[in-house]
Amino acid sequence: MNKLMTTADVVAQLRDGMTIGFGGWGPRRKPMAIVREILRSDVKDLTVVSYGGPDVGMLCAAGKVKKLIFGFATLDAIPLEPWYRKVREAGGLELMELDEGMWQWGLRAAGMRVPFLPTRCGLATDITKLNPELKTIQSPYADGEVLLAMPALKLDVALVHVNVADQLGNTLIQGGDPYFDHLVARAADACYVSAERVEERLALTPDQARFNTFERYLVKGVVHAPCGAHPTTCAPEYGWDMSHFKRYVASAAEEGGWQAYMDEFVTPGEAAYQERNGGVERMGKLPLPVF
Amino acid sequence: MSNNTEVTLAELMIVAASEAWRGDGEVLASGIGVIPRLGASLAKLTYAPELLMTDSECFLVEEPIPLGPRGDYVPKYSGYMSFERVFECVWGGRRHAMIGPTQIDRFGQTNLSVVGDYKKPKAAILGVRGLPGNSINHINSFFVPNHSKRVFVEGEVDMVSGVGFNPARWAPGMKQDFMDIRRIVTDLCVLDFEGPDHAIRVRSLHPGVSFDEVQEKTGFPLLKAPELGETPHPTAAQLEIIRRLDPHDLRGAQIKGNPPGIRAAA
Repeated sequence: MNKLMTTADVVAQLRDGMTIGFGGWGPRRKPMAIVREILRSDVKDLTVVSYGGPDVGMLCAAGKVKKLIFGFATLDAIPLEPWYRKVREAGGLELMELDEGMWQWGLRAAGMRVPFLPTRCGLATDITKLNPELKTIQSPYADGEVLLAMPALKLDVALVHVNVADQLGNTLIQGGDPYFDHLVARAADACYVSAERVEERLALTPDQARFNTFERYLVKGVVHAPCGAHPTTCAPEYGWDMSHFKRYVASAAEEGGWQAYMDEFVTPGEAAYQERNGGVERMGKLPLPVF
Repeated sequence: MSNNTEVTLAELMIVAASEAWRGDGEVLASGIGVIPRLGASLAKLTYAPELLMTDSECFLVEEPIPLGPRGDYVPKYSGYMSFERVFECVWGGRRHAMIGPTQIDRFGQTNLSVVGDYKKPKAAILGVRGLPGNSINHINSFFVPNHSKRVFVEGEVDMVSGVGFNPARWAPGMKQDFMDIRRIVTDLCVLDFEGPDHAIRVRSLHPGVSFDEVQEKTGFPLLKAPELGETPHPTAAQLEIIRRLDPHDLRGAQIKGNPPGIRAAA
């Protein structure tokens, strides 16, 4: 069994109109090498499900997003995601804007193959008003409480970046916070991971094995993508690239800015991307942010 | 740079923010942003050592961590609080967060999503983030660095992200009991919702600020708390803690122009 493939192989699995979930959180451990491959492709009309960072912004900039299922989009140190903002303000994006907790609750429902999970989150806000497909349900027990029935967020494909993987699809997420990548993987028909390092077969100590957050039977493909989360963080290995973020943010204010960004960083391919960001030598040593 | 004789407005607001957590017991204190975080840290280091705090990432600490580059300071972790654990904490109600919404209305409803029309907004902000879940599950306070009618809007906020005391928004059977909106700390005053039927009140005015000025910069009518007085000045001990927790003076960049805490007479 060998699930090794390339980013191009992953993107060849994608179809127009698919619902795609992205791992990570804001500007943290996003599968950006795969995102860049999507940007180079002609795949379109995607429903993007993400705790949004530059994955959401770049896919919006490139006109790939038909619908966004999200709780936020941000670069954190730069609070407003520039391309999400620009495309959002132009109108035209379909949206399901959710509380952060509802988002993971919907993925959890999908992974558990139940149609919904109850929650109080979202009640009495504009979320229910703006998304009439979100229904409430009354508790069948004596309390009779009215709750929001968060529908399962079923994904066609999940894309996740991890620290370590093997050719069988075993993965390790070694940063302090694994975020919700396990739920993204579970909610999808097919999950593809990119990894900083790929081994033939992991052979771990118990302490190391605890960083495995989902099973390999969920993983359809494994891509070796060093610095594949750049410009986002990949703790504990490297931090976000603030100079790249600034360049990216500036592109949203320039005439033809997105095309220029594509020409400079995306179109020439991942090797050129690395070279134009100082090489993996620099990218892999970017300091982790301190709060 | 501030010194002991010249308290900045940011420092006064940090002390006012810290008061929000008084009496909460063992809950996770989440101060999002420089002034709320310093407020929570100050509370924990003075009258509320029972509060839980994180390193602003995913580990719990019993000693609040100074902001920014740490030099030789090494955090001492006491536990774990990943985002997944945060949701478990939020939904269990053991948290008091203080965040800075883009808009707040008379009901305490908050907005962090968009300004203007939802479909084609004048400004897209962050998205609702955790406001719907936070607001309906645990105690919340707010921080406003620029008290104005743009923040304290007439009518309802443009996109109700966090719930509030607006009866029209609640259907029969929905549980409102866990909603608990405490304080709003602004650059002019401290507000609460302790008026009749949770009406919003001015609880204290910062030195040199008048009730009329606050009212003029607010998009809806305000009540005066019967005990309305001046927001307490930081003590020397509080200032010492604040300066130790914020060695790079990040607080100095939080309020436009970093004005003094005690306004010069007009």
